[in-house]
Formats: sequence, C-alpha cells, structure tokens
Amino acid sequence: MPLSSAIEAATGGRDALQVLTLGLADEIFAIATERVHEVLDVMPITRIPNSRPFIKGLINVRGKVITVTDLRTKFGMPPITCTPDTRIVVLEVRLGDQPTMVGALADRVYEVTEVAAAALEEVPRIGMRWRADFIQAIGKRGSDFIIIANIDQVFASEESALA
Amino acid sequence: MIVGTDPAETFRQEAADLLAQLEGALLDLEAVPEDRSLVDQAFRALHTLKGSGAMFGWEALAAFTHHIESTFALVRNGELKVTRDLVSLTLAAADHIRVLLDRPESADHLRGEALLASFRDLTGAAGQSHQDASKPTAKSVAPSSERVFRIRFRPGRNVLAFGCNPLLLLGELRALGTCTVLPITDAVPTLEEMEPTDCLVAWDVLLTTSATRSALDEVFLFVADQSEVGISEIPLEDSSAAGRRLGEILVERGDVAPADIDEGLGRQERLGTLLVKSGKVSEDRIASALGEQRHLREANKARETTVSGATIRVPAERLDSLMDQVGELVIAQARLMQVAMADANPLLKSISEDIERLAAELRDTAMGIRMLPIGTLFGRFRRVVHDLSRELGKAVELTTAGEETELDKTVIECLNDPLVHLIRNAVDHGIEDAARRVAAGKPEGGRVHLSAVHSGAQVLITIEDDGHGLDRAAIRAKAEERGLLQPGQEVGDAELFACIFQAGFSTAAAVTNVSGRGVGMDVVKRTIDGLRGTIEVTSAIGEGTAITLKLPLTLAIIDGLLVRVGDERYVVPLSAVEECVELTRLEDSRSGGRSFLNIRGEIVAFIRLRRLFETPGEPEVIQKVVIVTLGETRIGLVVDQVIGQHQTVIKSLSRMHRDLDGFSGATILGDGAVALILDVPHLIKFARDREATVRTP
Repeated sequence: MPLSSAIEAATGGRDALQVLTLGLADEIFAIATERVHEVLDVMPITRIPNSRPFIKGLINVRGKVITVTDLRTKFGMPPITCTPDTRIVVLEVRLGDQPTMVGALADRVYEVTEVAAAALEEVPRIGMRWRADFIQAIGKRGSDFIIIANIDQVFASEESALA
Repeated sequence: MIVGTDPAETFRQEAADLLAQLEGALLDLEAVPEDRSLVDQAFRALHTLKGSGAMFGWEALAAFTHHIESTFALVRNGELKVTRDLVSLTLAAADHIRVLLDRPESADHLRGEALLASFRDLTGAAGQSHQDASKPTAKSVAPSSERVFRIRFRPGRNVLAFGCNPLLLLGELRALGTCTVLPITDAVPTLEEMEPTDCLVAWDVLLTTSATRSALDEVFLFVADQSEVGISEIPLEDSSAAGRRLGEILVERGDVAPADIDEGLGRQERLGTLLVKSGKVSEDRIASALGEQRHLREANKARETTVSGATIRVPAERLDSLMDQVGELVIAQARLMQVAMADANPLLKSISEDIERLAAELRDTAMGIRMLPIGTLFGRFRRVVHDLSRELGKAVELTTAGEETELDKTVIECLNDPLVHLIRNAVDHGIEDAARRVAAGKPEGGRVHLSAVHSGAQVLITIEDDGHGLDRAAIRAKAEERGLLQPGQEVGDAELFACIFQAGFSTAAAVTNVSGRGVGMDVVKRTIDGLRGTIEVTSAIGEGTAITLKLPLTLAIIDGLLVRVGDERYVVPLSAVEECVELTRLEDSRSGGRSFLNIRGEIVAFIRLRRLFETPGEPEVIQKVVIVTLGETRIGLVVDQVIGQHQTVIKSLSRMHRDLDGFSGATILGDGAVALILDVPHLIKFARDREATVRTP
C-alpha cells in the first residue's frame, strides 16, 4: 500500500513512529517523542487572569516559565479536572518560526511506544468531529484508535478543534 | 564554557568599528572639508584596515583599501582637496569594503573596479607624483603630548590690593587640563594678628595638560612680579615605573632636607606623621605632597589606559548568559532569604543578608556591562540621512543630542529598524521640498533632530523634524474611511495620531521609493510595545512633528512590589508605585457607585484587581491600595496585602500570550512559584475598556 504524503510527513519516511501516548477524556492521543521534553506531576499552576480558557496558567520548570494548556478544551471536550493521574507533558512546538516550550495537561500518560507506518491511516474526510489539520494520522492498536496530533497546528491556531 | 576567540572574528569586529570611524569622519568632512584632523582620522582608519586586513588574510579587502588610502595620502599632503564627490565616492567605497568583509565571495569585482576607476579619475590630476601610501610620509599617530607640571604659586601679600584675584588664576589653570589644587596655609597667622587685606595662602598645583610651558607662564604674567611662581615639569616616564615616594617629592620640592627624610625613615612610622610631629615640615605641605602623589598616580593610570585601551571585547552571548546566571542567582537568593527568615538561626540570617547585598550589587554591575551609549546607534543614522537627502534632493541635516545616554544592549539592537523608519518618514513625509520651505518662510535646508535623555527608569528618544507637521484632516478622513473612527466622533490628538500606527495606514498620495520599503509604522509600534515602551506623537501644522519613544532602561531585572490578591501574587514595577495606603471600610462601602479615594485632597480613582482578575474568594477585611502613577494621573490598585519589595527577574511570556493585556511578563518567587508582572499602562487601559463595555447596556 503506498503511503500518503500526510503519513510520510508524520513518520518522517521511517517504518515506524515513536510516540508518547496519553489520554484525553476517552480518547488516546499520540505525540512524536522527539517533541516531548519531559512528563511532570501536576504542580501549582499560576492562573493568568482574562486569558483564553485553553491556557491554564504558568509553571516554573527549573527556572524557566512555561505555559500550561488544556488540550481538552482545544478538542472540544469539557475542561480538565485534576486527578492523581493527571500529568503535565512538556512539549516543544513551533509557534511562528520559533520553537517554544509548552506544557499540556493530560488526564493520564500511558507509554512510549512505536506505531508502524503500515498501521497508520489518513484522516477520514467524514465522520470526524475535529478539524482535519489538527490531526496528522490515525493509528490502530488492537481494537483502539490512536490519534496522532499535529501539535504545531493545534497550538498555532486560535480556534477550537471542532470542525 | 569559554568561547575561543577566532582571530578572523576579532578582525571583523575591529574592521566594522574602523568602517564606522571612517564613515563618521567622512560625514564630518563634508561639513568642514578643510579639517586636517578628520582627514587624518579617515586616513588612519583606512591604513589600519589595509594593514590588519592583509595580516588576517583579507587580501582583496587590503588591495582595494590600499587604493583608497593612497587617495587620502594625497589629501593629507594637500595635493588633493576634499570635495563632496570624494566624500560620496569614499562612502560608496566603504560600503564595498563592508561587502568584502562580510561576504568576500559574493563581492562584485566589477563594482570594485568601477569605484577604483572613479578614484583614479579624481586623483588623475593630483596623482601625477603617485606615491606609495604604505610608507607613511609622516608619523601617523601623534604621540601623547600630555605632561604634568608642578606649580607652586605664592602670591605677594599685597596682590589683593592690586585688584588681582588669585582664584581666577587657579581657574585658568583648571581650564588647561586635569588639575589638583592644594592650599598651603602655614603662613596664615592667628585671627588676632591677621590683616584681612593680605593674601597669605599659597597653592601647590599639579596640572596634567597638553598646553606648553609658555602657556602656563602666561597665566601668571601679570602677577609674576609680586608673586613667587615656580613651574617645573614632572617627567611621567620615570615616575611610571613605581609610584613616587612621599620623601622624594618633599625633597624635590625643597620642603625637607634629605637628611631629615633618612632620619624619619629610620623610625618605623608613617613618614608624613613623623615629619609633622618632629616639626620639620607643616601638615599642609605633607598634604600637598600627598596630593601630588595621588595626582601622578592618576595621570599615570590615565596614560596607561589610553595606551592599552580601556575596553575589552566580549562576545554578546557571554553577556547574555552572565545576565541569565545573575537572574538565577537572584531567584536562588530569594529562596535562601525565605528559608533564613523562617529559621531562628541569626548566623544564617546574616549570611543571607550578605548574599542579598552581593547579589544586588552583582546585578547592577552585570546590568551596567550590558548598557551601551545610544550614540553607537545614532552614528549610523547620519549615513541614512546623508543618503536620503541625496536621493530625494532635499537638503536635510541630522542633529543629535544625548549620545551618551545608556540603554540595555538588547533594547538598542531592537531600536535600529524603528528609528530608521521614523527618520525616513521624517525626511520623506515630514520635511517639505526647498521651494515649499522657502515659501513658508523657513530655511531651505530641513532639520531632523534625534535626542535621547534619561527620565527616571525610562529613556526618552525623540525624533523631531521641522517639516509641515501631521495633517489632522487627512488622518481623520483616512481613519474614518478605514472605520477606525466614527464620523463626527470627538477625539484628542493622542487618539487621532495613534491611527498612523495602524497596519497599512498611509495618507501619502503616492508611495515613494523611500517610504515604500522597510518596516511600516505598525511594525514600529509593535517593536516598541515588545520593548514595553510607549510612543507619543506631537505635531504642529507648519512647524513639525515630534515622535517620542519612552523605553524602559532594561529588560532583564526590575525592582518590583509584591502584592497579594486572594491566593495569587503579582508584581507591580516599583518605578510606577508612588505609595501604599489602606482602603478604609468607609471608602470601601461607599464605593458601590464610585471608586475614588481622597489622597491628601486629591481625587484618585481606583481599580479592584480582585474584580478585574475575577479572583475567587472573599477580600481581606482591610484591603490596601497601591497608588501608581501613569504619566500625569494617579490610579489606585486595590489588593489584599502588600508583601514587600522584590527583585524581579523578568521572564517573557511565550508567543501564545500575545493577545494578553495587562501583564508584561512573569517572574519566579522565592518559593519557586510563578507570579505575573503587571503592565500598569496596559492594565489601566484594559480596565477602562472593560468598564466602558459594562456601562453600555
């Protein structure tokens, strides 16, 4: 099966994509590991008054001030509530042309795993609640679907992911 | 980590400086073509460029520069006159040298050849007796001619009666150079015996000067008859090896006999004290000799620094990382202080206080290193104006003031593009052509004045032109057309002029080559906003326009006031804070309909941060008001608690927050938590806008 350009972009032409899988509500999302800096336990977050609901606030990561975001609101889910499983995933995203460190709240973090390029499929044109450009590809793992997010697009966009 | 210094990089930096010097000298020469010292300056810059260029392997640059240098050798010898053409041509050559320096591989050889041909044309007549400039015809560097003189001046008793004021003579000496004046009062008797019209004081003067001996004699010309004047030169060379000893000085001056010195030195005490005690010499004379010692030491130091160069070059990244580390240190120190305060150990407290002091000093020093005089930037604009005025055929002169005003290096770097744009605008749009200027009764040549001045924790940079001023009607029409203003809406100048900073806003009928390129006014505004600065525009029809940029001194660390609202903490920049008062319960309960305080008879409006920030929880029983100043107005910010002063290391927020109003950045507190820094002007604007929307149903 010839791989589509979107999937090739996601895997960088390799046979498999190494990802960190994390849970947002009932969905499993995956983010390429080279974009993941670290996973932190939840710590006190400084709220920013009058900011967009997507932005939860600021944290101090070893002397650097990093913005923490709630990906759930981006994907049209209800805002996150913190549980013992909640984690902050520190990512490197490109905003404009600058690489920027951003924290993303996840309901839980599963594992670092490989998704074979052959198990990736293009985003279906219909049957999707989310904007197509937020998602790079969909992977299958057993009976589950893994949503491989295009994080640069997610963070660059001002709107929510609902199409 | 130490970054190894690449000799090629060192040469590049040095060459950039030399080119700047060359350009400065050329532009000055255009105004005063016969100034020899400027010709020398240009020649030296070219000579050094050629010499070190060849040494570091920039052969093409050295070869090219050689020809320009030859031309200037002719100028130095008086065989060639400085003309406008020569200046323009040399400026063009300097540009070519810059290309050869930065991108030698992409340099256009034909352009270089063409320039050299033009130079040959220019020197054609004069250059018959072509001579090799690489052999300097004269000593190109003038030797330092500063000398130190010792002058003992004992005016005659009766000089005052002759109407001579010795102090005026001392003033004349001061005007000649660096001067140390030491009075000798040993001839002054007790009050009962003193004749008030007698002059009984003598002076020892140490003067470091480039003036000649005869110039010094001239000072005393009219009093020499009645007074005792001794002038002798102190050779600096022999005294530079080691500081001169007190004894040597005293003997040389004839105040003490060598035998007395030896006797004094035999006893192990400070020589000065000893000699005074033993009555060999008066205290004044010792003080005077000690003054000489000091003066010589300083003269030597000054000489050494001019010889070895008082500056060193440091790569900018090292300064940046130094500043980062100082920032981390300040944060760590805040943590230490928190621990020390919670602990009963007095020793820990005292160490913590020492570290606090050291960290604050280190912060100031590190910040001082990053400060650059804005003159480095102004120099470039002379070239911009020079080129522009030729291009547009308008005679425009750029005057500058306050070049020594210092600003953080990052701020200066960011200012180049906005200032170039504002200057271009002033020359292109502001200043009229010669015919219209004359018709308006103004001098034919326009003037753009660029000035910088410190004002508290801010620096004000003003670009002023004497052109026709902003056309309010045209701006208004354009603003209405673009929907920025409602027709008939009353606006002040500030609001109206703010429109010119909107993207794509132009009232110019035709876009010229000059105004069409580079950054727009909206980019100017965005850059200044990014530096947490503000822009003010004033303009008078027919008289000109002044644009003032108000910028903070530094972007790295500020003094802040830490306050608490609910469970949240915020930093208010201390430079904006005027005072803190309590919000009495009476004022609080009254403020349902109005939010004013009476501060010593003056009405001060206040904003409840709790309400503005939608902070959860109940307010403190007694709230505090932090009074901040914003230009002329004072505004109160209501908080729950004023925690205290806080050294605030500014961490800028990521681009995700570019829509955020009211905060200029964040900082890390002693306990590791993050606190937001209030951007007072924007916060107040935000609060006003919000109130306006609340009021309109």
